[in-house]
Amino acid sequence: MSHSETHPQVSYLEYQGKYKGILGWLTTTDHKRIALLYMYCIVVFFFVAAILGLTMSIEKMRPGQDIMNAQTYNGLFTVHGIIMIFMIVIPGLAAVFGNFALPLLIGARDVAFPKLNLFSWYLYVIGAILAVLSQLLKGGAPDTGWTFYVPYSAGSSTNVIWALTAAFILGFSNILTGLNFIVTIHRMRAPGMTWFKMPLFPWSLYATAWIQVLATPIVGITLLMVIAERVLHIGFFDPALGGDPVLFQHLFWIYSHPAVYIMILPAMGVITEIFPTFSQKPVFGYGAIAISSLAIAFVGYFVWGHHMFTSGISYWSKWFFSFLTFIVAVPSAIKVFNWISTMYGGSIQMRPPLLYAISFVFLFMIGGFTGLFLGALATNVQLHDTTFVVAHFHYIIFGGMGFAFFAAIHYWYPKMYGKMYSDRWAYIAWGFTFVGFNLLYFPQFIIGVQGMPRRYFDYLPQFQWGHMLSGFGAFILLIGLILMAWNLIYHVKRGAIAPANPWKGVTLEWQIASPPTLENFEEIPVIKHNPYWFGTEEEIKREKKSVTRNT
Amino acid sequence: MSTEKHHISTYMSHGVVLTILLALTALSVGMAELHFGAFSVAVALLVASVKGTTVLTYFMHLKYESMFTRIMVGGVFVIYVLVIVLLFFDYLFR
Amino acid sequence: MAEIKNIAPSEHHDYQGSKMGMWLFIFTELFLFGGLFLVYAVFRTQYSADFHKAAEETNTFIGTLNTVVLLISSMTVAMSITAIQSNQKGRAIRLLLVTLVLASVFMVNKYFEWGHKFELKLYPGSEVLTNLPKGELLFFGLYFMMTGLHAIHVLVGMILLTVTIFRIKSGHIHTGNFSMIENSGLYWHLVDLIWIFLFPMMYLIT
Repeated sequence: MSHSETHPQVSYLEYQGKYKGILGWLTTTDHKRIALLYMYCIVVFFFVAAILGLTMSIEKMRPGQDIMNAQTYNGLFTVHGIIMIFMIVIPGLAAVFGNFALPLLIGARDVAFPKLNLFSWYLYVIGAILAVLSQLLKGGAPDTGWTFYVPYSAGSSTNVIWALTAAFILGFSNILTGLNFIVTIHRMRAPGMTWFKMPLFPWSLYATAWIQVLATPIVGITLLMVIAERVLHIGFFDPALGGDPVLFQHLFWIYSHPAVYIMILPAMGVITEIFPTFSQKPVFGYGAIAISSLAIAFVGYFVWGHHMFTSGISYWSKWFFSFLTFIVAVPSAIKVFNWISTMYGGSIQMRPPLLYAISFVFLFMIGGFTGLFLGALATNVQLHDTTFVVAHFHYIIFGGMGFAFFAAIHYWYPKMYGKMYSDRWAYIAWGFTFVGFNLLYFPQFIIGVQGMPRRYFDYLPQFQWGHMLSGFGAFILLIGLILMAWNLIYHVKRGAIAPANPWKGVTLEWQIASPPTLENFEEIPVIKHNPYWFGTEEEIKREKKSVTRNT
Repeated sequence: MSTEKHHISTYMSHGVVLTILLALTALSVGMAELHFGAFSVAVALLVASVKGTTVLTYFMHLKYESMFTRIMVGGVFVIYVLVIVLLFFDYLFR
Repeated sequence: MAEIKNIAPSEHHDYQGSKMGMWLFIFTELFLFGGLFLVYAVFRTQYSADFHKAAEETNTFIGTLNTVVLLISSMTVAMSITAIQSNQKGRAIRLLLVTLVLASVFMVNKYFEWGHKFELKLYPGSEVLTNLPKGELLFFGLYFMMTGLHAIHVLVGMILLTVTIFRIKSGHIHTGNFSMIENSGLYWHLVDLIWIFLFPMMYLIT
C-alpha cells in the first residue's frame, strides 16, 4: 500500500495533482473528474435546448405566427434536435455516469486509457463549440432538422456544414469513450469478478460501447459525404448530382437507429442498479437482464429501416424491418418484467432515486408500446411524420433516458459530492417534472393520430387544445427541472455530510468513501459473490472477517 | 509486464505470405483482362477477400491472437455482411 | 494479484489491453470505409454498364503497381516487428525506413494518377464530369472520395511510423515493450487491407 502513504486520504475533489484549480480539472485524467466535466457541459446545454423547446411550445399555443417567424421556428427545432441528440442524450449517461461509476463498479482505479478519456472530452467540447457556432454565424441556424435529410441539406443556404462537422466530431468523441469502456471491462475487472459476477450497469455499458464503436463510423462517413457533396460537388445523395436521397436515409439510420440504443441501454443499466438497492433484494433474473442488453444491441443494429416505411423502400425490406422491430420489443419487455419482479417481496424504500426509476419504467412502457404502433406497417403510414412520432420518441428519450439520468444523479450524488440533497425538494421537483412531462407530450399522441403533422409551424384550429396543453406542460416541466437543479446545486455546499453508503447498497462503489479517493480503492477488492448479494448482517460480518484474515 | 509468450514470426514466413499475395494480385489482374462479364465482379471480390484474410491472419497476426480477438474480428465482418444483405433487401426487391 | 494491487494506474502498462484498443479502433476505420463500400455497392448494381465504362478510364497499371508497393510495405512492417522482437534494433529501423520510402512511392504514383485525371478535366464539379452519364459521374465521385480518404490514411500511417522510428531510436520501444510498433503496424496493415478491396473496385471491374 505504498501509494496510500504517499497520497494521504483526500477525496478526488480535493486532490491536488500538478496543477491547481481549474487547470487541475482541465488536465485531469481521473475518470470521476472527467465525468463531472461532462456532466456540467451536458446540464448547461440541456437547459439551453430545453428553453428552445419551450419557446417552440409557446409559439404553437395558438395557430399562426405569434412570437417568431417560420424560418426561426425551423432553425429552433433543428438546433433543439442537434443539441439534445448529439450533445446530451447520446453521450449523456455513458460519458457521465459510465465514466463515474464503471471503474467503481468493477473495482478498478480508472478506465483503461485515462488520457484518451480526457481527449474524448476535448473532442466533445470542440464539437459542442462548432454546434453552437453553427447557430450564431452569418448564414443562419441550420434548418434541416437534426436528421440532415438530403436533398434539403445539400441545398439549404444555412450553416449546415458547421452542424455536420460538429456531429462528426461529437461522434468520434463517442467512439473513443466506447472503445475505452470495452477495453476497461475486458481488462480491468477486480480479481474474482467473472463476467457473470459483474454488476448490470457495466453489462449495459458494454453492449452500448459495441454499438458506439460499430455504428458511429457509418454516420461519420455519411456526414463527410454530405460535406463533400456541398463543398466539392461530388454526387452521392443529391439527385441534382446524380445521387440517391433514399440511400442517405439508409446510411443515416444505420447509425441513428442504433443511436437510440446508445441512449437507452445505459439508462436501463442505471435503473437495474437502483431497483435492487432500494428493494434490498437481489435483482431478479440477473442472467436474463445481462443477455437481453446484448440482444437489444445486436438486433437493434438491424432495424434502421423502420424509419423509412414511407420513403419508398421495397415491400420485402419493409416486411423484414417491421418484423425485426417487433423482435426488439422482447428483450426490452424482459427487462421491465425483471425490474418489477425485483421489487416484489422486497423491503422497498421510496427514496428519490427509486421514484425516478419507477417513473422511468412507466414512461418507457408508454414509449415502447407506442413504438410498436409505429413499427407496424399499416399504422405507420397513418402516423408517420405526425406529432404521434414526436410524442413517442420524447417518451423514450426524455421519459426514458432523461428520467434515468435524473434517477442516476439522485442515486450517485452522495458518492459524487459526499453530500445529501433534500429528499423533500426532490419529491416536489419530481412532481412538477412528472406532471409537466406528461402534460407536454401526451396530448401530442392524440392530435398526432388526428393528423397533426410534426415540424409544422402553423396548424388548423382543431388541434389547438393539444398545443395549448403542451404549452402549459412545458412551463410546469421547466419549473420542475429548475427546482431539481437548484436542489442539487445548492446542497453541494450546504447539504448534510453523506455517509459512505447512504442507501445500503451492496455494489462496490458503496464500500468506499464518499466522495472516493483519487485511486478509488485502497486495495482492489476480491470478488466472491454475485454483485447483488444481500447477506444477513451475520453473514456479511463473517465474510469481512475472513477477508481481513486472508489479506 | 510482458511476461506473456509472444509468437515471433520468421522473416521467411513473411516472405512466403508476400509471394502468395503478389500471386493473387497477378491472378486478379489476369482475370480482369479475360472479361468474364457478370462473373468478373464476383471473381475480383473473391480474390480480394482471400487476400484480405491472408493479411489479417498473418501480417496482422490474428492466427496467434486469443480466441476472443479472432471471434471479435470475425463477428465484425459478419455484422457488416448482414448490413449489406439488409440494405440490398431494399435495392434488389424494389 | 499481489503485483496488481500496489501499482498506480499510470505505471501499469497493459499489453493485451492496448492491442485490443487498437483492434477496436481498426473496426471503426473499417466501418468508416464500409459506409463508402455500401454506397459503391448500391450504385454499382444500379448503373453497372456506366461503372464498367468509367472504370476503363482508371489506369490499371498504376493501380497494380501501387498494390504491389503497398503489399511489400506491409511485409517490411511485419518484418520490423520480428526484428524488434528478436532485439535487432538497427534492422527494425531500416525496415521501417523502407516502408516509408514505399509509402512515398505510393503517394507519388497517386499524385500523377490524380494529376492526369485533372488534366482530362475529370474532377468533381468540372463541366466534363457533370455532363457524363449519371453512373459515370457517380463512379468518379466515389473514386475521388475513396482514394482520397485512403490517401489521408496513408499519410497518417506515415506519421505514425515516423514517430515509431524515433521511439525505437530513443529506446522507448524494445524487446520488452513493443506495443507501439505493433499497433502502428496494425494500422499500416489496415491501410493495406482497405486498398486490397479498393483496387478491384476501382481498377479491375471493366
